[in-house]
Amino acid sequence: MNAPTKIDKLQPKDFASDQELRWCPGCGDYAIIKSVHKALADLGATRENTVFVSGIGCAARFPYYMSTYGFHTIHGRAPAIASGIKLANPELDVWIVSGDGDALSIGGNHLLHLLRRNVDVNFLLFNNEIYGLTKGQYSPTSRLGTKSPSTPLGSVELPVSATVFALGVGARFVARGIDTQQQRLPEVLKRAHAHRGASFVEIFQNCIVYNDGAFDGFTAKPVADEAQIHLEHGKPLLYGKDRKRGLRLDLRRLRLEAVTLGEAGVGEADILVHDETNRTLAGMLAALEPPMPVAIGVLYCDPAPTYEAAVQRQVDEVRAKQSRAPDLDALMRRGHTWTVTA
Amino acid sequence: MSARAQSTAERIDTTAERRRLESVVVRFAGDSGDGMQLTGTRFTEAVALAGNDLATFPDFPAEIRAPTGTTYGVSAFQINFGAREIRTSGDQPDVLVAMNPAALKVNVRDLRDGGLLVVDTGSFKDRDLKKAGYEQNPLTDGSLKRYQVVEIDISKLTLEAVKATGLSQRDALRCKNMWTLGLVYWMYDRDRKATVDWLTQRFAKRPELAAANIAAVNAGHAFGETAELPGIQGFYVPPASISPGLYRTVTGAEALSWGLVAGTQLAGLKMVFCSYPITPASSVLHALAGMKQFDVLTFQAEDEIAAACAAIGASYAGALGITSSSGPGVALKTEAIGLAIGVELPLVVVNSQRAGPSTGMPTKTEQSDLFQSVWGRNADSPVAVLAARSAGDCFEVAVEAVRLATRFMTPVILLTDGYLANAAEPWRIPEFAKLQPFPVRFHTDTAGFQPFLRDETTLARIWAKPGTPGLEHRIGGLEKDYNTGHISYDPDNHQKMTEVRAAKIRNIANDIPPQIVDQGRPMGRMAVVGWGSTYGPISRAVSNARKRGLDVSHIHLRYLWPMPRNLGELLRGYEQVLVPEMNMGQLKAILRAEYLVPAAGLNKVSGQPFKIAQIEQAIVAGLEG
Repeated sequence: MNAPTKIDKLQPKDFASDQELRWCPGCGDYAIIKSVHKALADLGATRENTVFVSGIGCAARFPYYMSTYGFHTIHGRAPAIASGIKLANPELDVWIVSGDGDALSIGGNHLLHLLRRNVDVNFLLFNNEIYGLTKGQYSPTSRLGTKSPSTPLGSVELPVSATVFALGVGARFVARGIDTQQQRLPEVLKRAHAHRGASFVEIFQNCIVYNDGAFDGFTAKPVADEAQIHLEHGKPLLYGKDRKRGLRLDLRRLRLEAVTLGEAGVGEADILVHDETNRTLAGMLAALEPPMPVAIGVLYCDPAPTYEAAVQRQVDEVRAKQSRAPDLDALMRRGHTWTVTA
Repeated sequence: MSARAQSTAERIDTTAERRRLESVVVRFAGDSGDGMQLTGTRFTEAVALAGNDLATFPDFPAEIRAPTGTTYGVSAFQINFGAREIRTSGDQPDVLVAMNPAALKVNVRDLRDGGLLVVDTGSFKDRDLKKAGYEQNPLTDGSLKRYQVVEIDISKLTLEAVKATGLSQRDALRCKNMWTLGLVYWMYDRDRKATVDWLTQRFAKRPELAAANIAAVNAGHAFGETAELPGIQGFYVPPASISPGLYRTVTGAEALSWGLVAGTQLAGLKMVFCSYPITPASSVLHALAGMKQFDVLTFQAEDEIAAACAAIGASYAGALGITSSSGPGVALKTEAIGLAIGVELPLVVVNSQRAGPSTGMPTKTEQSDLFQSVWGRNADSPVAVLAARSAGDCFEVAVEAVRLATRFMTPVILLTDGYLANAAEPWRIPEFAKLQPFPVRFHTDTAGFQPFLRDETTLARIWAKPGTPGLEHRIGGLEKDYNTGHISYDPDNHQKMTEVRAAKIRNIANDIPPQIVDQGRPMGRMAVVGWGSTYGPISRAVSNARKRGLDVSHIHLRYLWPMPRNLGELLRGYEQVLVPEMNMGQLKAILRAEYLVPAAGLNKVSGQPFKIAQIEQAIVAGLEG
């Protein structure tokens, strides 16, 4: 038997497994796993109660590099596997790691239902807008015209927006992060963890081999300040180096517009205040694309009862009504029976 | 040995003037909306309570509400009951009740010559005849002269019988089936009480409907008693000689559900049952959804794949994941089953087989998924495969599937079929307390831990569930190193792991009973080898042939993969091996491949079970031809 030992709070490095990381040098996944280690350490998570589940793809190797429980499953199906895990043991802290192909192409249906049911898991979508492990084909989030081995003349499909999709199918927590933002990303992950129910986090992740610089338009240092807006609940939607830029509601066109404080009579009172519980606003923020600022942080958070709790509640209610222990013999003898004697 | 059945209700002894029958086959046929399945189910219960042995065959269309009066909307329920052991629902009905011309058209060809045909003339108007595709009225054109036809205006008599309850004509006519049931109760001297009780309970919130249906049952019964119609006479079918015990009627779906619950209780596990609705498997999901008190969680997944995956997730987390479907759905689950094989987690996959390929005939039975079960996956991916032979047998086989899945850490495919799922038979109720528990022991020891440590005897890997301190580990679909459980692309290791997975499944043969001979000698001129729901007709055909003095034996397989270790030797003791199957020869091919025996097939894929005569003829042809 193992005597229970008092362990000091785990450090970020304690969440790394003994396996050597095998992502390409410079891959955004290195930064993301660091943020995840930090978030887990900050949260005081335990290794034994934490489970990482993944499907197939570069991102899906994630569980092997964690010192927690991990299950590397089949393409697109991690949400379904994770749902079964939570039904069997709701106490486990389950994280799903997925990519844009895994989550939105082969597994789109499962992601839809995971979010709709509100299973209490954290879903991290590493979006690099390309298929990496299969060597560079366009993905469902690739922009129109993406040239790839399977689309030498450019893709002709419109991409799906991960966060607009998540909001559309009823997710109660939708957030965004950027791989290299080592201060901000762990905070977003901690918010996701704190949320009871399905938490959906899209992480913009640079694929250095097949789609390098895909997000430079809003993540590159020189433009980042002006091209990103960091959301804080209850705070005005301001951004820019001097926080002089802001978002205002254009009532005539019913859309957000970017304005500058002090110009054309714009004052702080004109700027919208972020309300995480407002799904309409979340939808508008999710849809912002350059040249508008890209919204980063918690777009939407409005908790609702979780799926597995509701399922368990029905079981508990049935069991509470039983005057004695459930009896299979009695059940099988219910209704009309007859005795045959020798 | 004499047996006596004690019904819970009193019986009125009117046997004196009744004609005694050893067994009889009755088929109720009508429109899908006529309540034929319900009529058959109630009659089954009354017959069982009277101590007869019985077997039933519900046969209904896939359409939920097919247009009224059409041939493709016909629903039928056949029951064979008697004073002797009943093994099938009967080759040919002795009595056919046809509630409309379409039911007559579809079913009359099965009625034996001289058989009794009861028709509701109230439903034989010109319009009804036309809908059924009759150009002339079969009641008057002489086409039915081979049968004893009894014409009764059941519609009108039902309306009169329920008039006092004040129901609308439409609702009143819906009691026609109960009137007919009352008449048949009188004919076979069966007690109405259980049906009256059932109606009272069923319509507790609509007492007027209960009253009307009961009035109809009573009126049909009184009609039989008083009407002097040729053909409507009283029969007496004495109770059968049945092993002593407490009995009930059970369908395969019910017995299977209870067996799965019993199995998970014996294993000491919570059950997570994950399914996507599909005919004819959904009834198991419905039954289990109502058994939450047994720590049963049911999950109606978004699709077949998710159902299989959620079940695997549940097993990973330390419950028993079970998924259930029919052939097309199991095809979708295939990749997930491969994952469970690779990570070596327990999983029970129930396949209620139906006629295919593709959507095929969803409500019609077939046993054509044996290849799919044994071989139907990418790569070398062995699993255990079991099949139930009767509705009641589903219970035992379900318990066994759970035992093997947990003991060997493997998916187990449990085959039933549409016929087994829906058919009812009397069942001696097992005593749960007398079943042998097989509690699962989760691994907790951190010393020398790696997730693929194996039991030396079974070769099963340990089951270490998340939440256990010190055993944190990662598993997945990638090949694992035999010694560490880490990802491995090593050529020798993959060879070894593939061999270990195969040996583990082969080893199950050492954990199951040797194959017994159901009837006849363990060697001789012919063995008839079957599996699944063909048990009834094979059994009766073999016993008939043996009565004729033919040297034939019946062997029925429960374990289809791996097969019992003595099977090859046993089969080699016969000159001929005949394999009747509701497919084009799947078990036959496996037996030939595994044992090099000259197995010959008898194949039927009509969506209907075998008739005894078909098998008997094949036996005779093989031995005398």
